Amino acid sequence: MSENALTPVLETSHLGIDFGGLTAVDEFNIRIAPTEIKGLIGPNGAGKTTIFNLLTKVYRPSRGVILLDGKDTRSMSPVQVNHAGIARTFQNIRLFDKLTVEENVKIGLHAHISYGMFSGIFRLPGYWKEEKRAHEKALELLDIFGMADQADVRADSLPYGAQRRLEIVRALATEPKLLLLDEPAAGMNPSETAELMNNIRKIRDEFQIAVMLIEHDMNLVMGICENIVVVNFGKIIAEGTPKQIQKNEKVIEAYLGSGKES
Amino acid sequence: MDKIRNLKKSTKAAFLNYGIVLLFFIVVQILANGGHLTNSFKGQLIPIVSYVIMALALNLVVGISGELSLGHAGFMSVGAFSGVIASMTMAGSVGNGGLRLLIAIVIGALLAGLAGVIIGIPVLRLNGDYLAIVTLAFGEIIKNVMNCLYVGVDGAGLHMSFKDTASLNMAADGKVLINGPMGATGVTKLSTFTGGILLLLVVLIVIQNLVNSRTGRAIMAIRDNRIAAEASGVPITKHKLIAFVTSAAIAGAAGALYALNYSTIAPKKFDFNTSILILVFVVLGGIGNMTGSIIAAALLTVLPELLRKFADYRMLIYAIVLILVMIATNNEKVRVFMRGLGKKGKDAEVKEEAANE
Repeated sequence: MSENALTPVLETSHLGIDFGGLTAVDEFNIRIAPTEIKGLIGPNGAGKTTIFNLLTKVYRPSRGVILLDGKDTRSMSPVQVNHAGIARTFQNIRLFDKLTVEENVKIGLHAHISYGMFSGIFRLPGYWKEEKRAHEKALELLDIFGMADQADVRADSLPYGAQRRLEIVRALATEPKLLLLDEPAAGMNPSETAELMNNIRKIRDEFQIAVMLIEHDMNLVMGICENIVVVNFGKIIAEGTPKQIQKNEKVIEAYLGSGKES
Repeated sequence: MDKIRNLKKSTKAAFLNYGIVLLFFIVVQILANGGHLTNSFKGQLIPIVSYVIMALALNLVVGISGELSLGHAGFMSVGAFSGVIASMTMAGSVGNGGLRLLIAIVIGALLAGLAGVIIGIPVLRLNGDYLAIVTLAFGEIIKNVMNCLYVGVDGAGLHMSFKDTASLNMAADGKVLINGPMGATGVTKLSTFTGGILLLLVVLIVIQNLVNSRTGRAIMAIRDNRIAAEASGVPITKHKLIAFVTSAAIAGAAGALYALNYSTIAPKKFDFNTSILILVFVVLGGIGNMTGSIIAAALLTVLPELLRKFADYRMLIYAIVLILVMIATNNEKVRVFMRGLGKKGKDAEVKEEAANE
């Protein structure tokens, strides 16, 4: 376990991607420790979501290396990256709308439910055993956010905040080592955001996983993240603890402008 | 009662479908024993069952997997003619008609499933509506290949040709099974209504259990959001392929059942119009709704026969009925009314539960 603390769960070097002639992300180097909560902030269009898409292989990097638990993810597909330990949520919510809340979580459990198609069709003992286990596991995970009583509700009929929480539960169900949250507090009111902060901390402590989050709500970012990476125009402009970032002039300039030009 | 109420919604729907099929079977048996069935309706029974199976198969692709297939008649054709060849070749060796029907259906399903694999592997790797285009072409190709295919059997085994019956080079005792555009002729009728209902029940069990399992959940997740399914660790192509190939195999089984109900069956029976007809069953019954597919396919297969007395106006009235059903099922007021019926039922249940506690 002690070596775990030394090997970062995620390490990137010289990571970058071009879209045509446009360099969207360049020279992106980060290290995430196994139980760290890291913030990824930056002005709109800075390339934050693109970085998530690179890490989960939705986009193929133009250059650079991504090491997940020391393993190169170069040849992995998005599905394999998930199996290797990265789970994510989406900025624009992507739930399985016509499935129930419980079924959404069970999709997260998909790789951890071990019965095949024929056991399912012929209802062999494996089906009953594994479905029962999946059902219990799904309710247990939903209970983190107090959503177990909504297990049979269709996902698209949930209120907005609950949909964001369900996405986190579904990602958590895949048993990740690193959880990527893309604007988890978007559209939530202050009390919901406060509750979300507690829950993110609780998830980290209980599951012993690393979390990286993109967020515009500075109260959440400063309150919860141990380290923050600031990007602008696809490049890292600052890195450090919340206190350091708050005082960093480059960051203030990126967000508010330098005042020298108009 | 409590146990029934606690069942999942999907389980209830599944048992409703078994119930509908069994009820249909029992009612037909009672009417037949009482001598109340006309010959024309008796002749419709196996086509009804075949088309219901086709609608269920297509609904697996269109409703559950969210892809569009415009050539399901092609799979039906593959199943039909391979089933006929299989049953005729076995005529000497397997005496029992029921067993021969079963083997013909299995072979029809296997070959149609194989055709599904061949189409599915390249096409289902792509994103978008490519499956519709390719299946449309597949249906036409199968129709045209069958139009110039000649198959015969003699003591030495099966003979095949794309020219004419003479070039089959058969021994004197040889028998032509598939005769180009004439199709299969002199087929021994093997399909029975009971056999058809048994096949339908097996198909229902396979589809419904598949949908309500880990595999089916993954298929529906991909339909609802492909990117999120990938990010949740669900392999995309594998699951799309499972849905498509299962559907193709079931269509093949339905084709064999259908073909072995007639003494002659021509390739042009399984053309684009048939593919669209099956799609109409699925759309009218409700995409993804298996009960709807069963009812729509059964009613719309019988309807042209019932409208026979309108003679020339038959297809006109058929079209009007289709339009009326579409208007009715898409009307907001009708929907609200139906939802209201459902809600009242639920409220009553909740109240009952509260009273029980």
